[in-house]
Amino acid sequence: MRDVAVIGVGLTKFGERWNLGLKELMAEAGLAALEDASISSHDVEMLYGGTMASGRFIGQEHTAALMADQLGFGNIPAVRIENACASGGSALRQGYIAVASGIHDVVVVGGVEKMTDVTSGEASTALGGAGDQEWELFQGITFPGLYALMARRHMFEYGTTEEQMASVSVKNHENACRNEFAQFRKRVSIDDVMGSKMVSDPLKLLDCSPISDGAAAVVLAPLEKAKKYNDTPIKIVASAQASDTLRLADRESLTELKATKIAGQNAYRQAGVTADDIDVVEVHDCFTIAELLAMEDLGFYGKGKAGKAVQEGETALNGRISVNTSGGLKGCGHPVGATGVKQAAEIVWQLRGDAKDRQVNGAEIGMTHNVGGSGATAVVHIYKRAD
Amino acid sequence: MWVEAEPPQWSIYTRGQTDMERSSSSLWRKIRSRYNLVGNACENCNTPYFPQRIVCRKCGRKSRMVEKIYSGNGEVYSITKIRTPPDTFRDEAPYYIGIVKLDDGPKVEGHIIENGTEPKIGTRVRIRFRRMYVDGDEGLIYYHYKFEPV
Ligand SMILES: [Zn+2]
Repeated sequence: MRDVAVIGVGLTKFGERWNLGLKELMAEAGLAALEDASISSHDVEMLYGGTMASGRFIGQEHTAALMADQLGFGNIPAVRIENACASGGSALRQGYIAVASGIHDVVVVGGVEKMTDVTSGEASTALGGAGDQEWELFQGITFPGLYALMARRHMFEYGTTEEQMASVSVKNHENACRNEFAQFRKRVSIDDVMGSKMVSDPLKLLDCSPISDGAAAVVLAPLEKAKKYNDTPIKIVASAQASDTLRLADRESLTELKATKIAGQNAYRQAGVTADDIDVVEVHDCFTIAELLAMEDLGFYGKGKAGKAVQEGETALNGRISVNTSGGLKGCGHPVGATGVKQAAEIVWQLRGDAKDRQVNGAEIGMTHNVGGSGATAVVHIYKRAD
Repeated sequence: MWVEAEPPQWSIYTRGQTDMERSSSSLWRKIRSRYNLVGNACENCNTPYFPQRIVCRKCGRKSRMVEKIYSGNGEVYSITKIRTPPDTFRDEAPYYIGIVKLDDGPKVEGHIIENGTEPKIGTRVRIRFRRMYVDGDEGLIYYHYKFEPV
């Protein structure tokens, strides 16, 4: 196994990009990553592309070869990875494995989703496939519904409040204001969140992440060769992934995501660090309750303690631990296939010291956490500066 | 200020089921389970399942799976009220969805019928056979188990 480094990252702005199609989004993010790594298309040996539901959204499958074609990668092998909302993080892990194994040197990992070309009903159907189609979807159980069931049980077992969940949304919007790539560069107050339309009790509109267009890309290389391309390569010191039941009712507990816990524990072991060592983390806040679950399941807080910590500002920018400096899924937007790759880009910027207005002071170790569906997939990576 | 952002905010998470053919085949294939809570259990380790499984998660190898009909009595384990439904449930919203811990079986998701008592965690429920929704195009009526507070 070889050490693997990220030598380049690139993003498109997230949001409703009505003038850009899937190809243009891929090309914009991919080109930015190649430029960041100071390489050309001809240096790339393999591509992994994370896309969740392009077939349902725009009728286009086979997106990895398409991405390779659009970026001028020529005839290199390209593989699409679909793991619901964790497609991007899962693609990153495959890219990591390809470089670590010694099979390929320069690998590009892309993630893309074009979601706003269809009506909201069609988007719903496309994304519904992330859960158990036969038992959850069929009975009219929506995605906010599944996370609401987790939230309600968390409130029951630990006394978590709606205001505590709302404070996640407030924090992530605040961070998004400082991110030029974010969909919502607007502040919201606790009252705004609490007063927003009830979607599925206790989750309200502003507890939910949006529908978005966007793409992200990172370039990976063996650490020993990384300096050739980049002065501040960021080493991936852990890559872990776990699965769980697709159906929520099949799980023993509704107040934790077991896949997150297992992936997190494996990642800490690989990196030889603990939660206390992490300076900055991007977690999968598809709903506000999901960020609280992640903070607990990744070991940053004891069970039932995350709500109060967020409310008291411990996870704000340059707080005890900076969480979702990009704005998270809530503030930055959530083009599902791109999200896991975007998280990696944000952590790379943070560790290089390139995160501008949202820079975490002295950030040395970072983490990303990407979830598919209601928790049937979780992917965790840990990163360190390597210069 | 949220007007421009509002519709997309929630829409992606509302799971629609517009492909009628697919939903009806799924209904008929599992019709006994959907009407009567028919699950199964592993004869080797006695773990009860709903819906039926072919492979026992505990044993992780081939074992004899025997059919098991649950009483349908249980307790609400978690609950929510869905206010932004998929298209198929447009006429039913808002409706309660719960996860029920069965007295003689595993946890099961389902609709919780409103009958005057507000269902919450811990509410005792029993199974009922009820209309789930009517398909707008064909007028097909879909039936399913639901839970009713007792
Ligand atoms: Zn068994």
